[in-house]
Amino acid sequence: MSTVFIALQANEETRPIIEAIASDNPLALVHREPAMVKIDAPNRLVIRKESIEERIGRRYDLQELQINLITLSGNVDEDDDSLTLTWND
Amino acid sequence: MDMKSANRKLSLKDKYRLFTRDLGWEPSYRTREEIFPYVQYEGIKVHDWDKWEDPFRLTMDAYWKYQAEKERKFYAIIDAHAQNNGHLHITDARYLSALKIFLQAISPGEFCAHKGFARVGREFPGVGTQVACQMQAIDEIRHAQTQIHALSNYNRFYNGFHAFAEQRDRIWYTSVARSFFDDAMSAGPFEFMIAIGFSFEYVLTNLLFVPFMSGAAYNGDMATVTFGFSAQSDEARHMTLGLECIKFMLEQDPDNLPIVQRWIDKWFWRGFRVLGLVSTMMDYMLPKRVMSWREAWNIYGVENGGALFKDLARYGIRPPKGWNDAEEAVDHMSHQLMLGLYQWSFGTAFHAWIPSDEDMDWLAKKYPETFDRYYRPRWMHIRKLAAAGTPFKNYGLAKLCQCCQLPVVFTEPGDPTLSCHRERVHQGEKYHFCSDHCQALFENEPEKYVQAWLPMPQLFQDLQGDLTAWMDWVFLRDGEDNGDYADSLDRRNFEAWRAMATSNQ
Repeated sequence: MSTVFIALQANEETRPIIEAIASDNPLALVHREPAMVKIDAPNRLVIRKESIEERIGRRYDLQELQINLITLSGNVDEDDDSLTLTWND
Repeated sequence: MDMKSANRKLSLKDKYRLFTRDLGWEPSYRTREEIFPYVQYEGIKVHDWDKWEDPFRLTMDAYWKYQAEKERKFYAIIDAHAQNNGHLHITDARYLSALKIFLQAISPGEFCAHKGFARVGREFPGVGTQVACQMQAIDEIRHAQTQIHALSNYNRFYNGFHAFAEQRDRIWYTSVARSFFDDAMSAGPFEFMIAIGFSFEYVLTNLLFVPFMSGAAYNGDMATVTFGFSAQSDEARHMTLGLECIKFMLEQDPDNLPIVQRWIDKWFWRGFRVLGLVSTMMDYMLPKRVMSWREAWNIYGVENGGALFKDLARYGIRPPKGWNDAEEAVDHMSHQLMLGLYQWSFGTAFHAWIPSDEDMDWLAKKYPETFDRYYRPRWMHIRKLAAAGTPFKNYGLAKLCQCCQLPVVFTEPGDPTLSCHRERVHQGEKYHFCSDHCQALFENEPEKYVQAWLPMPQLFQDLQGDLTAWMDWVFLRDGEDNGDYADSLDRRNFEAWRAMATSNQ
């Protein structure tokens, strides 16, 4: 098992995104650090557009993540509906 | 939820195809070999450039939109920082040393990365690759500019920021980062991608930007947090590109494996040595520390690097050669290098200092196996000398490693009491190395490393060892930019201005 992670700036825009990630990934661990939030998950983490839109009440383009993204780890796959991070074991 | 996402005309994948592949063409009156003359000689075999895909599928239209947004956020904070005397909100003026090293050694490296990506974007034949390299070239110049701009607010008040561009080329500790980038920029396009995309972005920037910028937040420096995170938001894309590049090479042809492995070995070690500077920033220079260098290494080196190499094992990649020695060195490097920076602080455009009891207790807690045993006694001795009015200064110039250009201050693997030094004669000239790994890199490419410009030998060749003339040449103002923090102008000014800002006297 390897850890994938994504770290986002801690701000108003990312609050609902972090909430969405935590709810879509039950195994994810959310670490709140100075000015940033780092989310770890075993092998796989998925970020879903729909879950974010439900929370912010507007359309969301997953590429907007770029603005508040700090770092990530894992193989990335992004399409219109989701961004997935994975490590192969 | 009562709203729905409208179906867009183009899916992300279609848009990516149109904005990359669809922009390419087959040359008609020149051969591909003539147009792309540098993609063969490194020995990397590529059969299908279209297999190269940016996993974020970022296209130029979206790129400009999001980068503009990042810039707006960045300048809003930089303006606020300047308008609110942000320079007085930092924990104390020791923190500035970390910023000075950053500006002198790292920001010019961003500019080198810009030049390098502009070049390899031209040299790679694949359209997806060209577009990704073009974006990264623009990112890197943005990083250099935003960093210089943010830190110019400190240059108005403090010493040591004024000549970073010249110092990057001339001073001894900055030549560590300079030689890393010179080495990368003078390599072929594929090796450049491993050097920057893999080593610098994947191994280094997480360790450089993430815990250090979090540290900047802890130390009240919003300007640095902002340029750091703004740059790092691009790095996530860069490190993904670096990883993609490795996978692409390995998937294209099995013959590429040994070449890629050798580059991974080389650039891991080169990156690790550059991190020596970062380790001192994290363990010593942040007055309020967020995590130790060791703790950061555990997360971003051991855990994250380990996951990466486990993932790449399916292609036959093993962890880099220097991996185990690096793991051992992590508990020593910040202390060994900081002791060096202190004893040569007459020749640094930042201040060093003797750690306080509180600092040493923190270091002992973070380094239970090494600090009290090997390093506290040395600092205590140095403190005694300073109290007696005979501060420890080493006017003997450091012997520099021909490869990484750090002074040979590190110790033997397995024995932290024995100085590690390698020496080798090549075509009648003697060369020095800090480690077996740096020596092995030299032996693999002696034609390259014999050309290295080493600041210490140069001092004797060009200036006959005249230290005052050297200081003039590196724009180092003796008594202002250098020396012990304890009696520095920066400290006096910061304390006086902060007192003015918090009272009505």
